[in-house]
Amino acid sequence: MNPEVLKACVVPGQPQPLMVPEQNEGWMKLRRAYDEMAKEIKEANPDVLIIYSTKWLSVIGHQIQARKNPEWTHVDDEWHEYGEVEYSFNIDSELAHQVNEACHDRGLHTRTVDYHGFPIDTGSIVALKLLNPDNKIPAIILSSNIYADRTETVVLAKSIIDALKKSGKKAVAIASTALSNRYHDQMIDPKEDRIHSLKDHEWNLKMLEFFEQGRLEDVSQLSRQIQQEARVHKVTNFKPFWWLSTMMGQTNYLEGKIFEYQPLYGMGGALVSLTPSDRSFGDLEYDEADPENFQGDRNVLKSEGTDSDESEDTGGKE
Amino acid sequence: MGNGRIIAGCLAPHPPHLVYGENPPQNEPKSECGWETLRWGYEELRERIPKDEYDVIIVHSPHWRTYIGTHILAIPEAKSISVDPIFPNLFRFHYDLKVDVDLAKSIYSEAVGKKLDMKLMENPKFRVDYGTIVSCHLANPDWDKPIVSISSNAAAKYFNVEYMQELQTHLGDATRVAIEKSGKRALLLASNSLSHRHFTIEPPIPEDMSKEHIYHHGQYLWDMRMIEMMKKGQTREMIDLLPDFTQQATAETDGGSLTWLMSALQYPKYPAKIHAYGTVIGTGNAVASWKPEVGGPA
Repeated sequence: MNPEVLKACVVPGQPQPLMVPEQNEGWMKLRRAYDEMAKEIKEANPDVLIIYSTKWLSVIGHQIQARKNPEWTHVDDEWHEYGEVEYSFNIDSELAHQVNEACHDRGLHTRTVDYHGFPIDTGSIVALKLLNPDNKIPAIILSSNIYADRTETVVLAKSIIDALKKSGKKAVAIASTALSNRYHDQMIDPKEDRIHSLKDHEWNLKMLEFFEQGRLEDVSQLSRQIQQEARVHKVTNFKPFWWLSTMMGQTNYLEGKIFEYQPLYGMGGALVSLTPSDRSFGDLEYDEADPENFQGDRNVLKSEGTDSDESEDTGGKE
Repeated sequence: MGNGRIIAGCLAPHPPHLVYGENPPQNEPKSECGWETLRWGYEELRERIPKDEYDVIIVHSPHWRTYIGTHILAIPEAKSISVDPIFPNLFRFHYDLKVDVDLAKSIYSEAVGKKLDMKLMENPKFRVDYGTIVSCHLANPDWDKPIVSISSNAAAKYFNVEYMQELQTHLGDATRVAIEKSGKRALLLASNSLSHRHFTIEPPIPEDMSKEHIYHHGQYLWDMRMIEMMKKGQTREMIDLLPDFTQQATAETDGGSLTWLMSALQYPKYPAKIHAYGTVIGTGNAVASWKPEVGGPA
């Protein structure tokens, strides 16, 4: 358990609950669930919200939003007909820089971004607008590196814990992600939205069953299989629960609460919270490694005695 | 109206590094140099296809990725700053562009007629993607021609490359028919790299060319294979090979831009002019053009 993290939350990043909840009964239920979760977060009284967004993709390691007051008028690339979202967020720039330093200490490649007009992603915008509507709780936002796998993702979370310990701040960790992530690829009448397939729905129910039992680390351990079974392979792996579980101390000693589960244009949209608890399904013996540091990608195909000792991914590295 | 035509089609990759290396006044970050081979390739492309030869630029961009159908920019003008979410240190570009809305709507109608799922983008606050901006800027830095921007449907991820190619083939046909009906002369840009595996580390000086090379030799071999086919006018064969290329070289052809272009050009049998090949943060990029009047009929 990491006492620095008061609560873990899972939220979907699609814009419908923020922008057009009235178009579908399920989207409205998700909107109400957001409102309910916002109250729960407020009651937890965190110093900061830490968002890991699967809709903010990066290539050069992970990026961390550090602009104190990013403001913009956002239009979604896919659902531009929904209109605009004006935002003005309260970012904990100091903590963003501390996280960046802590990541470097553990061998990760990260950088902060602080630019006017930087395009904050729809998932982060939806989460911050609905979970922190009055902007009272500062936040930081982390990208999802398309090339990262488990080690970088776990070490990213551990670095954040280092930074939280140093700062003395308490956080709520938020993973902005769908469960199953297959959209309907054709335009539908919003009233007829449903999970894309029965298989996706069954995997979503399995994840929700685990969440309800507080078994976040078990979902984390299943991430590779979930990626195979219920995810369109847009990136290397299904990473948000590796990150979220590490933020919570890689444990099942949690109390799970399912606020809502509904289709979002075919995807599985769920709002879930997980709070530290003495009650637990119990921790198991796990197969996945528990890395402390990132040592770079290793070229496992390299033969002994070859000239280059560069790892595959060190194109610009001295 | 009628007698419109495609005056040229180009493979016009969009790494923001090329604009960064060029130092136009619109881009906030400034460089010392960088990626000259590709930038000089674009210079040659501009000489081969001078802007008095075309009325409109139509760009198909992998960085406007849509999951539900194909979207087309259909607002008369767009003005804002484009900040690259991946390389914000290199690309913060103030753009001010005009859109040929009539042609955009005509392409939309033709594509709908072919049963494609299409959507017009009519929100005036929409921010144009940086792929569109980089390719258009490097093809015409004066920005004095209207553009049409077409999104990239994610069908290759949702189904497979073959299915994506079916969609893009119909979209290419629809684009050509719309151009012909419009009476306009169009320059087409497929805004994609070839092999597309990046390094995940950036040198302290991004334009330090001593650090720039292909990510791995396999990517290079695949890129050369594709370029050889372009040079020999074997574009039908190239598109047949594209699913393997896309998978083996992690190629950005998964976005469909090159397939769309070849379909619109009716699979040229004449050689492409290869203006440049170079790498950008490990990815393989070629600047190439097909000019029907020079090369002969497809």
